[in-house]
Amino acid sequence: MAAMTGTSSPSGDRARPRPWALLAELTHGCPLHCPYCSNPLELTRRSAELTTDEWREALRQAADLGVVSAHLSGGEPLLRSDLEAIVAAADGAGIHTQLITSGVGLSRARLGRLVDAGLRSVQLSVQHADPSASDLIAGRRSFVDKERAAALVRDSGLPLGLNVVLHRHNLDALDELIDLAPAWGADRIELANTQFYGWALRNRAELLPSREQLTRAQQTVRRRRDELAGTVELVWVVPDYFDGNAKPCMGGWGAISLTIAPDGTTLPCPAAASIPGLDAPNVRDHRLEWIWVHSRAFTLYRGTEWMRDPCRSCELREKDFGGCRCQAFALTGDAAATDPACRLSPDHALVRDLVDALPEPPASAGLGKPRSPARRAAVTPRGAAGR
Amino acid sequence: MTGWRPVLAAAVHLRHDRVRDTDLLLLPERVVVLEGNAGAVLRLCDGQREVPDIVAELAHLYPGAPVAEDVPEFLGRIREEGWLR
Repeated sequence: MAAMTGTSSPSGDRARPRPWALLAELTHGCPLHCPYCSNPLELTRRSAELTTDEWREALRQAADLGVVSAHLSGGEPLLRSDLEAIVAAADGAGIHTQLITSGVGLSRARLGRLVDAGLRSVQLSVQHADPSASDLIAGRRSFVDKERAAALVRDSGLPLGLNVVLHRHNLDALDELIDLAPAWGADRIELANTQFYGWALRNRAELLPSREQLTRAQQTVRRRRDELAGTVELVWVVPDYFDGNAKPCMGGWGAISLTIAPDGTTLPCPAAASIPGLDAPNVRDHRLEWIWVHSRAFTLYRGTEWMRDPCRSCELREKDFGGCRCQAFALTGDAAATDPACRLSPDHALVRDLVDALPEPPASAGLGKPRSPARRAAVTPRGAAGR
Repeated sequence: MTGWRPVLAAAVHLRHDRVRDTDLLLLPERVVVLEGNAGAVLRLCDGQREVPDIVAELAHLYPGAPVAEDVPEFLGRIREEGWLR
């Protein structure tokens, strides 16, 4: 008999891919207005959001499809007064839930109800290690709320992770940011270099760090990873503009994950609404299984058949999946192009020239225009017009 | 491993995946697919049984399987990942 025990990582089954993970964007409402927000430029208004029952049904269908893990995100998911019911529905369907929150509005009583409903972990965003700098980036006083929220989560016994979006205004504070993890009782800190979509693409000139800042940050991460080994897990999300490698975006298009937006729009990733012609399906109109298996939005860039050269003949095509479709569209106007972050892309100069031109220290002290609380963005950047 | 009574770490949940008919470990940012009888081994990690107890029970359940060699090595590996305490 062969070895009777082993472990492996989830992968996309090429013959019949099934989703493992769901990003449930419960609302676009948010007390924070970070200039790199991952929400689309056109925010869903509160009145268009899925109801509690619609989320219950979507979660049931997601579980039947194979989803075992859900990130309950936003905006700020705590703004949904029915969050407890949504957590309970996910847990009842056998889906492990993690709350992705700013921490603003989390009380001991609310967290207690969420834990009772079956919540399994919490990820808390932090904008900067310095309270006033953090509040400035977030667009409101919120650092003290985060510190309090971290203490509540730690007291509840749930695992706590911190998430920091990195850019030129906080990369130099990386040591202090990492210090927050042990200080606040987090067992994981995700150091995510800004991905340039939506609001972040609009504010790219103000957010893009210099190569020198990144080099120092990478040294810091290596040093701190050794120091904190066994206590805090450091996750470094690489900045794909800088090293000539395209990221294996979402583990492949429609391969392991799906995103349901506040209004029920369902796509392979949160940024895909920016790509025209996807005919974005909605859980209000279709079964999730049809959306996953048959919809144009999920099949158009699934696998490798859609690729052209240089991707089509590249030996990395099953590893990086041609990079990111949203980035290819945002930068070249063609979602089927090779991601310009790849050094083999004919459009790589679009990215390389940008980062090579950045002076040290950064020229701009501005933060960029914050995510607008209004329903519609006042300005839509070129190449990101969607829907 | 003497005296060790393995139990899953607080952040780690063992679950059967009914859609794929396989056992999984679910963590905040990670899914681990358990192959072979790994799920059956971890189900015995209840913080009460010591490793020799687990090996004895599995040897009874799976006669002829290389339990005595495989299981302690597997449990050690899972502990190193931080998923067992």
